[in-house]
Amino acid sequence: MTDLAPPLGHRLRWTFTDGLTLVGRELGRLRHDPGELVAALIFPAVMVVLFGYVFGSAIQVPDGGDYREYLMPGLFAMVTFSAVMAAMTRMATDASRGVMDRFRSMPMARLAVPFGHTGADLLIGLLMLAIMVGAGLLVGWQPHHGLIPTAQAFLLMIVLRYALSWVGVYVGLAVKNDQAADAMVPLFLPFTMLSNAFVPTDGMPGWLRLLADWNPVSALTAASRELFGNPGGLAGNVAWPLAHPVTTVLLWSAALLVIFVPLSLRAYMSRGR
Amino acid sequence: MADPVVFAEGLHKSFGDTHALRGLDLSVPRGTVCGVLGPNGAGKTTAVRILATLSDPDAGHARIAGYDVVREAGQVRARIGLAGQYAAVDEKLTGRGNLRMFGRLSHLSRREAHRRADELLERFGLMDAADRQVTGYSGGMRRRLDLITSLILRPEVLFLDEPTTGLDPRSRGEIWDSVRELVADGTTVLLTTQYLDEADQLADDIAVVDHGQVIATGTPDELKATIGDRLDVILEDPAALRPAATVLKALAGTDPTMTGADRLGVALPGGGFRLADIVRELDRAGVAAADVRLRRPTLDEVFLRLTDRKELV
Repeated sequence: MTDLAPPLGHRLRWTFTDGLTLVGRELGRLRHDPGELVAALIFPAVMVVLFGYVFGSAIQVPDGGDYREYLMPGLFAMVTFSAVMAAMTRMATDASRGVMDRFRSMPMARLAVPFGHTGADLLIGLLMLAIMVGAGLLVGWQPHHGLIPTAQAFLLMIVLRYALSWVGVYVGLAVKNDQAADAMVPLFLPFTMLSNAFVPTDGMPGWLRLLADWNPVSALTAASRELFGNPGGLAGNVAWPLAHPVTTVLLWSAALLVIFVPLSLRAYMSRGR
Repeated sequence: MADPVVFAEGLHKSFGDTHALRGLDLSVPRGTVCGVLGPNGAGKTTAVRILATLSDPDAGHARIAGYDVVREAGQVRARIGLAGQYAAVDEKLTGRGNLRMFGRLSHLSRREAHRRADELLERFGLMDAADRQVTGYSGGMRRRLDLITSLILRPEVLFLDEPTTGLDPRSRGEIWDSVRELVADGTTVLLTTQYLDEADQLADDIAVVDHGQVIATGTPDELKATIGDRLDVILEDPAALRPAATVLKALAGTDPTMTGADRLGVALPGGGFRLADIVRELDRAGVAAADVRLRRPTLDEVFLRLTDRKELV
């Protein structure tokens, strides 16, 4: 574009300001409709009860620890992965309702829309994590290794969540249709459960175990267990991603960002339709 | 005449095998309302999307207020407003919240965005609903909110893509009133519609679009004149059909059609006929008429004639 482009600093400032306005928009939506957050939390809450007290009574934790201590890092990871669905749904809704067209026809900073959406998701993610931590403490979960490792674990969740929200932005832009996006939400469940979040992977058949071991959900769960000092420690032959879970989470995050940020920006900027 | 504020020349756009636009030309003078009229799938929305910088043409070019819609899209966006078929607002926010957010995104200061939101809500009668979530709005209220959201920056050109599709007659009337107010302020409006009465009510000029091209342009009156006036005669005595038909044929140059046992109708080419002359001619032939009606054709008749696709109206 040979647009009479304003200076870069000016554009960056507007990208930031417009991004903040869009973050404010999400908070406004949340204020008017807190039900959305409640709905998003009901699922992990049900999981706490269902796995923590129903199935959990029959599940043997590898090093003999408490199952609910074992479970909570998995649920934190699950909540972290809900970023994909949340960002996808928001983006697809805007695209199908014409809100995206209005943004595009306005003299606002173009990049502000995807950055605003992912930034808003980060705040919502923090809120959800805080509520989950409360639920965890309530059922007897706690971190054992002190402040720094605990903070590191949550930082990992936040980094991965941010990367995952870009996946959601891209998928939402690609489907452009809120009903199609809603139809994809159930995929979330098998994807997150095919991991070490609820049970150790060594009992799974070989091919399934391979998938579960390399699932980023597993890496995040393993990293959190390690940093929190929760049971589920590694024994015997462990797959590489689970032996180096922190590195794996960081590599996954970097890879997702490198792939999906440019893809999303291109999809948002393209005007071919 | 000054340069047109909306100008498009030879716009082409295809989606796969579908040719949505095949060389569309358009020119709208400043301060007027241009009605783009056409059946579904004629290419109206595609044309608006290109003019509003949402989509690039495959060929041809377009300028808004002198700025190219592809190369100077930023300049164009600062000068246009767009309101669409669906209400493009955030349903979870309140009406006021939406206007403030879009005001901020239009780079108004916080104070200015708040002031402008109140001003628009007041002026377009949405103040009572300002603090309610849009989810609870009626269809007409949403459409009005969508419309005023596109007015935040006082656009030079406002694109209204089928602004009243799906609305009840009262809400349509309210949207029409709003559009008339804007025009009084000097805003140029490009309105697409498939309702002919809407174009008749609002548009200074009409461009009839079919198969991705403009097939006729003119004021509503000019378009009606192209197919001439319509003359209907009801006779006191059906026995006078034959002499009456002779008179009508002499006037129109074509055979009249029987529209009932005692009535005849014919299209008068060109116009310029006076009712008094017609009555005198009938009189002279000894035909006693119970009723003689000379009327302009409706835009529907013009549209049917031009597009020749009866099933679509």
